[in-house]
Amino acid sequence: MSENDTDDDKKARVTDGDSSGQPPSAKPPLRKRIRWDYVFLTLSVVALVTLSLIFPDKGSRAGKVVWEYVKEMIFILPAVMVLMGLFAVWVERDLVVKYLGKGSGGKGLVIALLLGTLPTGPLYVAFPLAAMLLKKGARVANMVVFLSAWACIKLPLELMEFQFMGWRFALLRLGLTVALVIPMGVLAERLYRRREPAVRDFDPAEVKEVEVALGVELPGDVSSG
Amino acid sequence: MSVTSIVIDVLVAVCLVISLAKNKDKTKLALKIAYNATKRMGPSVLAIIAVIGLIVGFIPPKWIASAIGGDRGIFGVLIAAFLGAILFIPALIAFPLASSLLQMGAGTMAIAAFITTLTMIGFIFLPLEIKELGKRFALLRNGLSFLVAIAIALIMGLVLA
Repeated sequence: MSENDTDDDKKARVTDGDSSGQPPSAKPPLRKRIRWDYVFLTLSVVALVTLSLIFPDKGSRAGKVVWEYVKEMIFILPAVMVLMGLFAVWVERDLVVKYLGKGSGGKGLVIALLLGTLPTGPLYVAFPLAAMLLKKGARVANMVVFLSAWACIKLPLELMEFQFMGWRFALLRLGLTVALVIPMGVLAERLYRRREPAVRDFDPAEVKEVEVALGVELPGDVSSG
Repeated sequence: MSVTSIVIDVLVAVCLVISLAKNKDKTKLALKIAYNATKRMGPSVLAIIAVIGLIVGFIPPKWIASAIGGDRGIFGVLIAAFLGAILFIPALIAFPLASSLLQMGAGTMAIAAFITTLTMIGFIFLPLEIKELGKRFALLRNGLSFLVAIAIALIMGLVLA
Protein backbone atom coordinates (compact mmCIF):
# COMPACT_ATOMS: atom_id res chain seq x y z
CA MET A 1 0.00 0.00 0.00
CA SER A 2 1.29 3.31 -0.93
CA GLU A 3 0.65 4.99 2.40
CA ASN A 4 3.50 3.38 4.26
CA ASP A 5 6.17 3.58 1.67
CA THR A 6 8.61 6.17 2.76
CA ASP A 7 11.53 6.09 0.45
CA ASP A 8 10.87 2.55 -0.70
CA ASP A 9 8.87 3.51 -3.73
CA LYS A 10 11.68 5.67 -4.99
CA LYS A 11 14.11 2.82 -4.55
CA ALA A 12 11.70 0.38 -6.17
CA ARG A 13 11.30 2.70 -9.11
CA VAL A 14 15.03 2.98 -9.45
CA THR A 15 15.31 -0.79 -9.67
CA ASP A 16 12.35 -1.07 -12.00
CA GLY A 17 14.75 -0.57 -14.85
CA ASP A 18 12.03 0.57 -17.24
CA SER A 19 13.78 3.83 -17.97
CA SER A 20 16.62 2.06 -19.73
CA GLY A 21 18.42 3.93 -22.43
CA GLN A 22 16.87 7.28 -21.62
CA PRO A 23 19.26 10.10 -20.98
CA PRO A 24 18.71 11.55 -17.51
CA SER A 25 17.77 14.93 -18.95
CA ALA A 26 14.85 13.55 -21.00
CA LYS A 27 11.46 14.38 -19.60
CA PRO A 28 9.40 11.40 -18.46
CA PRO A 29 6.25 10.76 -20.54
CA LEU A 30 3.31 13.03 -19.83
CA ARG A 31 1.36 10.22 -18.18
CA LYS A 32 4.05 9.93 -15.52
CA ARG A 33 4.42 13.66 -14.97
CA ILE A 34 0.77 14.18 -14.05
CA ARG A 35 0.20 14.20 -10.30
CA TRP A 36 -2.98 12.16 -10.22
CA ASP A 37 -3.62 12.92 -6.58
CA TYR A 38 -3.75 16.65 -7.36
CA VAL A 39 -6.02 16.03 -10.36
CA PHE A 40 -8.31 13.98 -8.15
CA LEU A 41 -8.24 16.62 -5.42
CA THR A 42 -9.02 19.46 -7.84
CA LEU A 43 -11.89 17.58 -9.49
CA SER A 44 -13.51 16.58 -6.21
CA VAL A 45 -13.17 20.05 -4.67
CA VAL A 46 -14.57 21.73 -7.82
CA ALA A 47 -17.50 19.29 -7.86
CA LEU A 48 -18.14 19.86 -4.15
CA VAL A 49 -18.05 23.65 -4.42
CA THR A 50 -20.16 23.77 -7.59
CA LEU A 51 -22.84 21.47 -6.21
CA SER A 52 -22.86 23.37 -2.91
CA LEU A 53 -23.49 26.64 -4.75
CA ILE A 54 -26.34 25.11 -6.74
CA PHE A 55 -27.94 23.34 -3.75
CA PRO A 56 -27.07 25.51 -0.73
CA ASP A 57 -28.98 23.44 1.85
CA LYS A 58 -27.33 20.18 0.79
CA GLY A 59 -24.06 22.07 0.52
CA SER A 60 -24.17 23.18 4.14
CA ARG A 61 -24.67 19.56 5.21
CA ALA A 62 -21.70 18.51 3.06
CA GLY A 63 -19.67 21.37 4.52
CA LYS A 64 -20.38 20.23 8.08
CA VAL A 65 -19.33 16.66 7.25
CA VAL A 66 -16.14 17.85 5.57
CA TRP A 67 -15.26 19.96 8.61
CA GLU A 68 -15.88 16.99 10.95
CA TYR A 69 -13.54 14.77 8.95
CA VAL A 70 -10.89 17.48 8.65
CA LYS A 71 -10.91 17.79 12.46
CA GLU A 72 -10.66 14.04 12.95
CA MET A 73 -7.81 13.81 10.46
CA ILE A 74 -5.89 16.62 12.15
CA PHE A 75 -6.03 14.74 15.44
CA ILE A 76 -5.09 11.33 14.11
CA LEU A 77 -3.00 11.67 10.94
CA PRO A 78 0.17 13.18 12.48
CA ALA A 79 0.22 10.45 15.14
CA VAL A 80 -0.13 7.69 12.54
CA MET A 81 2.59 9.21 10.37
CA VAL A 82 4.98 9.66 13.31
CA LEU A 83 4.42 6.03 14.30
CA MET A 84 5.23 4.93 10.74
CA GLY A 85 8.37 7.05 10.83
CA LEU A 86 9.42 5.46 14.12
CA PHE A 87 8.87 1.99 12.69
CA ALA A 88 10.87 2.92 9.62
CA VAL A 89 13.93 3.88 11.65
CA TRP A 90 13.75 1.32 14.45
CA VAL A 91 12.66 -1.82 12.63
CA GLU A 92 15.28 -2.93 10.18
CA ARG A 93 14.23 -4.96 7.17
CA ASP A 94 17.12 -7.23 8.05
CA LEU A 95 14.98 -8.44 10.92
CA VAL A 96 12.30 -9.66 8.55
CA VAL A 97 14.76 -11.49 6.34
CA LYS A 98 16.56 -12.94 9.35
CA TYR A 99 13.54 -14.46 11.03
CA LEU A 100 11.22 -15.19 8.13
CA GLY A 101 11.42 -18.86 7.37
CA LYS A 102 12.83 -19.57 10.82
CA GLY A 103 10.87 -21.93 13.00
CA SER A 104 8.83 -24.76 11.64
CA GLY A 105 5.18 -25.71 11.93
CA GLY A 106 2.92 -23.44 13.92
CA LYS A 107 5.78 -21.35 15.23
CA GLY A 108 6.90 -20.48 11.71
CA LEU A 109 3.38 -19.42 10.79
CA VAL A 110 3.11 -17.13 13.81
CA ILE A 111 6.53 -15.61 13.09
CA ALA A 112 5.49 -15.01 9.46
CA LEU A 113 2.31 -13.31 10.68
CA LEU A 114 4.13 -11.07 13.15
CA LEU A 115 6.83 -10.08 10.65
CA GLY A 116 4.11 -9.23 8.13
CA THR A 117 2.49 -6.75 10.50
CA LEU A 118 5.64 -4.63 10.76
CA PRO A 119 5.23 -1.57 8.56
CA THR A 120 8.39 -1.94 6.55
CA GLY A 121 7.20 -0.91 3.12
CA PRO A 122 4.60 -1.31 0.40
CA LEU A 123 3.30 -4.69 -0.74
CA TYR A 124 5.27 -4.83 -3.96
CA VAL A 125 8.61 -4.92 -2.17
CA ALA A 126 7.37 -7.99 -0.30
CA PHE A 127 6.75 -10.00 -3.49
CA PRO A 128 10.38 -10.47 -4.59
CA LEU A 129 11.35 -11.05 -0.97
CA ALA A 130 8.75 -13.81 -0.62
CA ALA A 131 9.66 -15.25 -4.03
CA MET A 132 13.31 -15.56 -3.17
CA LEU A 133 12.62 -17.06 0.23
CA LEU A 134 10.25 -19.54 -1.42
CA LYS A 135 13.04 -20.43 -3.77
CA LYS A 136 15.22 -21.02 -0.76
CA GLY A 137 12.71 -23.54 0.54
CA ALA A 138 10.44 -21.49 2.78
CA ARG A 139 6.95 -22.98 3.24
CA VAL A 140 4.20 -21.81 0.89
CA ALA A 141 1.90 -21.44 3.90
CA ASN A 142 4.38 -19.13 5.63
CA MET A 143 4.75 -16.92 2.57
CA VAL A 144 0.97 -16.66 2.07
CA VAL A 145 0.53 -15.71 5.72
CA PHE A 146 3.43 -13.27 5.52
CA LEU A 147 2.14 -11.53 2.38
CA SER A 148 -1.45 -11.37 3.63
CA ALA A 149 -0.40 -9.95 6.99
CA TRP A 150 1.90 -7.51 5.19
CA ALA A 151 -1.02 -6.43 2.99
CA CYS A 152 -3.74 -6.02 5.56
CA ILE A 153 -2.45 -5.87 9.13
CA LYS A 154 -0.35 -2.78 9.59
CA LEU A 155 0.02 -1.51 13.11
CA PRO A 156 -0.23 2.25 12.41
CA LEU A 157 -3.26 1.67 10.18
CA GLU A 158 -5.05 -0.16 12.98
CA LEU A 159 -5.02 3.19 14.78
CA MET A 160 -6.93 4.74 11.87
CA GLU A 161 -9.44 1.93 12.04
CA PHE A 162 -9.89 2.40 15.80
CA GLN A 163 -10.49 6.10 15.27
CA PHE A 164 -12.93 5.89 12.38
CA MET A 165 -14.66 2.54 12.81
CA GLY A 166 -14.67 2.24 16.58
CA TRP A 167 -12.92 -0.21 18.93
CA ARG A 168 -15.45 -3.01 18.63
CA PHE A 169 -15.40 -3.10 14.84
CA ALA A 170 -11.62 -2.72 14.59
CA LEU A 171 -10.71 -5.28 17.24
CA LEU A 172 -13.20 -7.83 15.96
CA ARG A 173 -11.98 -7.47 12.38
CA LEU A 174 -8.34 -7.61 13.46
CA GLY A 175 -8.97 -10.71 15.60
CA LEU A 176 -10.83 -12.51 12.83
CA THR A 177 -8.17 -11.61 10.26
CA VAL A 178 -5.39 -12.95 12.48
CA ALA A 179 -7.41 -16.08 13.24
CA LEU A 180 -8.29 -16.81 9.60
CA VAL A 181 -5.07 -15.88 7.80
CA ILE A 182 -3.13 -18.84 9.24
CA PRO A 183 -5.62 -21.56 8.22
CA MET A 184 -5.85 -19.78 4.88
CA GLY A 185 -2.10 -20.11 4.41
CA VAL A 186 -2.18 -23.80 5.28
CA LEU A 187 -5.09 -24.39 2.89
CA ALA A 188 -3.30 -22.49 0.12
CA GLU A 189 -0.27 -24.72 0.62
CA ARG A 190 -2.43 -27.87 0.37
CA LEU A 191 -3.99 -26.64 -2.86
CA TYR A 192 -0.69 -25.41 -4.25
CA ARG A 193 1.09 -28.77 -4.69
CA ARG A 194 4.36 -28.12 -6.42
CA ARG A 195 3.79 -29.67 -9.79
CA GLU A 196 5.99 -27.26 -11.62
CA PRO A 197 9.04 -25.50 -10.20
CA ALA A 198 7.65 -23.22 -7.54
CA VAL A 199 9.28 -20.01 -8.58
CA ARG A 200 11.25 -18.90 -11.60
CA ASP A 201 15.03 -18.74 -11.40
CA PHE A 202 16.69 -15.53 -10.38
CA ASP A 203 19.96 -14.46 -11.82
CA PRO A 204 22.51 -13.14 -9.35
CA ALA A 205 22.26 -9.59 -10.69
CA GLU A 206 18.55 -9.59 -9.95
CA VAL A 207 19.13 -10.85 -6.42
CA LYS A 208 21.68 -8.10 -5.93
CA GLU A 209 19.15 -5.53 -7.16
CA VAL A 210 16.54 -6.64 -4.66
CA GLU A 211 19.13 -6.67 -1.89
CA VAL A 212 20.08 -3.10 -2.71
CA ALA A 213 16.43 -2.00 -2.97
CA LEU A 214 15.57 -3.60 0.35
CA GLY A 215 18.81 -2.62 2.01
CA VAL A 216 19.36 -6.15 3.23
CA GLU A 217 21.48 -9.14 2.41
CA LEU A 218 19.53 -12.25 1.53
CA PRO A 219 20.83 -15.35 3.24
CA GLY A 220 22.72 -17.93 1.22
CA ASP A 221 22.48 -18.45 -2.50
CA VAL A 222 19.03 -17.67 -3.82
CA SER A 223 19.95 -17.48 -7.45
CA SER A 224 19.91 -21.19 -8.09
CA GLY A 225 17.30 -23.74 -7.21
CA MET B 1 -11.78 15.35 20.02
CA SER B 2 -12.67 11.77 20.76
CA VAL B 3 -11.29 9.62 23.55
CA THR B 4 -9.81 7.28 20.95
CA SER B 5 -7.74 9.98 19.32
CA ILE B 6 -6.52 11.26 22.71
CA VAL B 7 -5.42 7.74 23.67
CA ILE B 8 -3.67 7.28 20.33
CA ASP B 9 -1.96 10.68 20.44
CA VAL B 10 -0.70 10.07 23.98
CA LEU B 11 0.52 6.59 23.04
CA VAL B 12 2.46 7.85 20.04
CA ALA B 13 3.83 10.78 22.06
CA VAL B 14 5.17 8.29 24.63
CA CYS B 15 6.80 6.24 21.85
CA LEU B 16 8.33 9.42 20.46
CA VAL B 17 9.78 10.42 23.84
CA ILE B 18 11.26 6.94 24.35
CA SER B 19 12.75 7.06 20.87
CA LEU B 20 14.17 10.52 21.53
CA ALA B 21 15.76 9.34 24.76
CA LYS B 22 17.35 6.37 23.00
CA ASN B 23 18.62 8.04 19.87
CA LYS B 24 18.20 11.64 18.85
CA ASP B 25 19.36 11.26 15.24
CA LYS B 26 17.13 8.28 14.50
CA THR B 27 14.17 10.15 15.97
CA LYS B 28 14.92 13.17 13.81
CA LEU B 29 14.99 10.90 10.78
CA ALA B 30 11.68 9.32 11.84
CA LEU B 31 10.06 12.76 12.07
CA LYS B 32 11.44 13.66 8.67
CA ILE B 33 10.00 10.47 7.19
CA ALA B 34 6.67 11.24 8.87
CA TYR B 35 6.71 14.79 7.51
CA ASN B 36 7.47 13.65 3.97
CA ALA B 37 4.80 10.93 4.10
CA THR B 38 2.24 13.48 5.33
CA LYS B 39 3.19 15.85 2.55
CA ARG B 40 2.89 13.09 -0.02
CA MET B 41 -0.42 11.77 1.29
CA GLY B 42 -1.88 15.24 1.88
CA PRO B 43 -3.61 15.73 -1.48
CA SER B 44 -5.17 12.25 -1.35
CA VAL B 45 -6.39 12.79 2.20
CA LEU B 46 -7.99 16.12 1.32
CA ALA B 47 -9.48 14.65 -1.86
CA ILE B 48 -11.10 11.75 -0.02
CA ILE B 49 -12.58 14.20 2.50
CA ALA B 50 -14.09 16.16 -0.40
CA VAL B 51 -15.46 12.91 -1.83
CA ILE B 52 -16.98 12.09 1.56
CA GLY B 53 -18.60 15.54 1.50
CA LEU B 54 -20.00 14.78 -1.96
CA ILE B 55 -21.31 11.37 -0.91
CA VAL B 56 -22.91 12.51 2.34
CA GLY B 57 -24.20 15.80 0.98
CA PHE B 58 -25.45 14.89 -2.46
CA ILE B 59 -26.06 11.16 -2.75
CA PRO B 60 -29.42 10.06 -1.37
CA PRO B 61 -28.79 7.59 1.51
CA LYS B 62 -31.30 5.21 -0.01
CA TRP B 63 -29.01 4.67 -3.00
CA ILE B 64 -26.26 3.46 -0.68
CA ALA B 65 -28.70 1.38 1.32
CA SER B 66 -30.14 -0.24 -1.79
CA ALA B 67 -26.66 -1.24 -3.00
CA ILE B 68 -24.81 -2.30 0.12
CA GLY B 69 -27.37 -1.75 2.91
CA GLY B 70 -27.72 -4.11 5.85
CA ASP B 71 -30.91 -5.70 4.52
CA ARG B 72 -29.25 -6.52 1.20
CA GLY B 73 -27.62 -9.45 2.97
CA ILE B 74 -25.07 -11.51 1.09
CA PHE B 75 -25.55 -9.57 -2.17
CA GLY B 76 -24.48 -6.35 -0.50
CA VAL B 77 -21.50 -8.15 0.98
CA LEU B 78 -20.48 -9.56 -2.41
CA ILE B 79 -20.81 -6.19 -4.14
CA ALA B 80 -18.74 -4.50 -1.43
CA ALA B 81 -16.12 -7.28 -1.44
CA PHE B 82 -15.81 -7.07 -5.21
CA LEU B 83 -15.47 -3.28 -5.15
CA GLY B 84 -12.83 -3.56 -2.44
CA ALA B 85 -10.89 -6.10 -4.50
CA ILE B 86 -10.71 -4.03 -7.68
CA LEU B 87 -10.45 -0.50 -6.28
CA PHE B 88 -7.11 0.88 -5.26
CA ILE B 89 -7.62 3.13 -2.26
CA PRO B 90 -4.85 3.37 0.31
CA ALA B 91 -6.08 2.02 3.65
CA LEU B 92 -5.11 5.28 5.29
CA ILE B 93 -7.90 7.11 3.50
CA ALA B 94 -10.23 4.13 3.16
CA PHE B 95 -11.25 4.11 6.82
CA PRO B 96 -12.83 7.59 6.84
CA LEU B 97 -14.60 6.73 3.57
CA ALA B 98 -15.89 3.48 5.09
CA SER B 99 -17.13 5.26 8.20
CA SER B 100 -19.05 7.79 6.11
CA LEU B 101 -20.66 4.97 4.08
CA LEU B 102 -21.64 3.29 7.35
CA GLN B 103 -23.33 6.50 8.48
CA MET B 104 -25.14 6.66 5.17
CA GLY B 105 -26.81 3.32 5.76
CA ALA B 106 -24.34 0.78 4.41
CA GLY B 107 -24.40 -2.55 6.25
CA THR B 108 -21.71 -3.46 8.78
CA MET B 109 -21.09 -6.75 6.97
CA ALA B 110 -20.65 -5.04 3.61
CA ILE B 111 -18.25 -2.48 5.04
CA ALA B 112 -16.21 -5.16 6.81
CA ALA B 113 -15.95 -7.08 3.54
CA PHE B 114 -15.02 -3.89 1.65
CA ILE B 115 -12.18 -2.97 4.01
CA THR B 116 -10.84 -6.51 4.14
CA THR B 117 -10.69 -7.09 0.39
CA LEU B 118 -9.43 -3.55 -0.16
CA THR B 119 -6.37 -4.20 1.97
CA MET B 120 -5.77 -7.91 1.41
CA ILE B 121 -6.32 -8.11 -2.35
CA GLY B 122 -4.37 -5.88 -4.66
CA PHE B 123 -5.82 -6.10 -8.12
CA ILE B 124 -3.26 -3.65 -9.49
CA PHE B 125 -0.48 -5.62 -7.82
CA LEU B 126 -1.69 -8.93 -9.28
CA PRO B 127 0.50 -8.88 -12.43
CA LEU B 128 3.52 -8.19 -10.27
CA GLU B 129 2.57 -10.92 -7.81
CA ILE B 130 2.13 -13.38 -10.69
CA LYS B 131 5.48 -12.40 -12.16
CA GLU B 132 7.32 -12.84 -8.89
CA LEU B 133 5.50 -15.78 -7.31
CA GLY B 134 3.79 -17.55 -10.17
CA LYS B 135 0.20 -17.68 -11.33
CA ARG B 136 -0.82 -20.52 -9.06
CA PHE B 137 0.48 -18.88 -5.90
CA ALA B 138 -0.94 -15.44 -6.68
CA LEU B 139 -4.38 -16.66 -7.72
CA LEU B 140 -4.63 -18.97 -4.71
CA ARG B 141 -3.64 -16.22 -2.28
CA ASN B 142 -5.99 -13.64 -3.78
CA GLY B 143 -8.87 -16.07 -4.29
CA LEU B 144 -8.69 -17.45 -0.77
CA SER B 145 -8.35 -13.90 0.57
CA PHE B 146 -11.66 -13.06 -1.08
CA LEU B 147 -13.34 -16.02 0.63
CA VAL B 148 -11.73 -15.13 3.96
CA ALA B 149 -12.98 -11.54 3.58
CA ILE B 150 -16.54 -12.81 3.06
CA ALA B 151 -16.20 -15.10 6.09
CA ILE B 152 -14.88 -12.25 8.24
CA ALA B 153 -17.76 -10.05 7.11
CA LEU B 154 -20.42 -12.66 7.86
CA ILE B 155 -19.04 -13.40 11.34
CA MET B 156 -18.83 -9.66 12.08
CA GLY B 157 -22.41 -9.25 10.94
CA LEU B 158 -23.52 -11.97 13.37
CA VAL B 159 -21.47 -10.65 16.29
CA LEU B 160 -22.18 -6.92 15.87
CA ALA B 161 -25.87 -7.34 14.99
